[in-house]
Amino acid sequence: MQGKVIDVTIDTIVGEVMNMKNDGQRFVTFSTYQEAEGKLGILYHFDKDLEDTHLRLVVDMDKPIPSVSGVYFAAMLVENEIRDQWDVKFDGLVLDFNRTLFLDPEVTQVPLVSNVKIQPKK
Amino acid sequence: MAITVIPFGPQHPVLPEPIHLTLKVEDEIVKEAIPALGYVHRGLERLVEIRDYHQMITVCERVCGICSMIHGTCYSQCIEELMDIEVTDRAKMLRVIWSELHRMHSHLLWLGLFADAFGFEALFMQFWKVRERIMDINEATAGSRVIVSVNIIGGVRADLSPEQLRWILSELDIAEKEIKDMQNTIMNDYTVKTRTCGIGVLSYDQAYELGAAGPTLRGSGVASDMRMNGYGAYGELDIEPIIETAGDCWARCTVRFREVLQSIDLVRQAISKLPEGELAVKVKGNPPEGEVYARVEQPRGECVYYIKGNGTKNLDRLRIRTPTFANIPPLLTMLPECELADVPVIVLSIDPCISCTER
Repeated sequence: MQGKVIDVTIDTIVGEVMNMKNDGQRFVTFSTYQEAEGKLGILYHFDKDLEDTHLRLVVDMDKPIPSVSGVYFAAMLVENEIRDQWDVKFDGLVLDFNRTLFLDPEVTQVPLVSNVKIQPKK
Repeated sequence: MAITVIPFGPQHPVLPEPIHLTLKVEDEIVKEAIPALGYVHRGLERLVEIRDYHQMITVCERVCGICSMIHGTCYSQCIEELMDIEVTDRAKMLRVIWSELHRMHSHLLWLGLFADAFGFEALFMQFWKVRERIMDINEATAGSRVIVSVNIIGGVRADLSPEQLRWILSELDIAEKEIKDMQNTIMNDYTVKTRTCGIGVLSYDQAYELGAAGPTLRGSGVASDMRMNGYGAYGELDIEPIIETAGDCWARCTVRFREVLQSIDLVRQAISKLPEGELAVKVKGNPPEGEVYARVEQPRGECVYYIKGNGTKNLDRLRIRTPTFANIPPLLTMLPECELADVPVIVLSIDPCISCTER
C-alpha cells in the first residue's frame, strides 16, 4: 500500500493521532475492514505535502474504540459512519448519532456484518 | 434572545439532493447547524460480495453520476495496481481527456446552480448552455452524456479518432470563448459579489485541519490537488493547483470557474501528447489480492478508495470516501454566525453531492 503504515494499539491511538496533528498532517479519512472473526481493522489516513501516512489499529468489535474526534473534529463523521456499518462503539465521540447517521432507527441489521441483528432504536 | 430551530431540507429549492440541517437561529443569525444524512443511502460498498471485480466498475461509476468517469478511473487503477497490470500510455491519456471533460461539465453545472441560488437566472442558463457542448462531446465519443463508462480493467473501451479529436478541439475553442465572456459577470458583478464576498468564510487553518477537499480547500488558499501526484497520465501534463485565498463563497466559486479553463487547457495538452498504442491490455493472472489505497481529484475534490482483495473474484472490502463527505465538517464551521438568508448559498458553495456521500 502506498505510504507509510504505522501499527498502533487501542492504548496508543489517540496519542499517535495527536502526534500526527502536531506534525502538521491533514486528516483524510479512515478505512475499515474485517481483520478476522470479531476483529475490525481501522486504517487512519493522513496527508502532508501529498505524502500518505496510515495508522493501523486492530480492535475487538465488542469493545469501545477511543474516539479521535476530540483531536480532529472531522473524524466525528467517519466514526459515526463506522458505528453504523459495523455496530462498534466509540468512546468520547463529540457528536454521536447513535447509529442513525445513515440508517433509520428501526433498522436491525448491521450493513457490513452478516447474520447479526440488533435492537431497533426507540 | 430566544433560540428558534429551523429545519433546512431535506427538500429545499437549492438542494438537488436531500440533506437535512437543523439550524439553531437567534434572530436572523445561525448559531449552530447539525446535519442529518441517510435519505439516499444505498449500501453500494457491500455489493463487492455479489459482484466480481470487473462488474464493480459499473457500480463505482454509479456512486455519483457527475463524477462517474473519475470513480471508474480510480477503481480501475486500484485493481490494476493489485494485479500488476501496466496500462498503455494511450489509455492513460484517454482517461485524462474524459476525466477533464467530466470536471468541466460538473463545474459548469455547479456554476449554473450557484447563479440560480442567488437569483441570477440568466447566468444560470448561460452556464448550462455551454455545458451542453461538453455533454455533446461525451455523447458523440462514448455514447452517453453523463455516465460515459469507458473504463475497463486494463485500459479503456473506446477510442478517439483524429476527426473526433479535431472536433473536440474546435468545440473547446468555442466553449472557452463563451466561458470567458461570463468571467467578468461571475467574478465582478455587483449582485454576485454582494451575495458571495465575505460569506461563509473558511480560513486556511480551518480548511486544513477539518480535512476539506477540492475547491473548498483551495478556495481557502491550500495548494492541494491530487492531480499533482501524477496519477494516470497527469504526470506528463503541465498543471498547477488553482487557489484563492479569501476562503469565502466567492473564492470557492472563482476556483471552480478557473478550473473549467484549466481543464480545457489540460484536454488540449492531452490531445497534443496522445500517443499511439493499444486501448487495453489483456487481464491475466489471479484475481486481485492485497490492499491498495488511492486518491484522485474529482470535480468536488479528493476522492479516496481503499480496496482489499483476497485472491478471489469478489473483493474483501471496498471503501470509498467522497469529497462531499470531507466537506461536511467544514460546512458546519462556515454556518455559525451567518445570516439565515445566506445558508442556501453557503451550502451550495461546497458543491454538495449527497448520493455519493452516502453511497
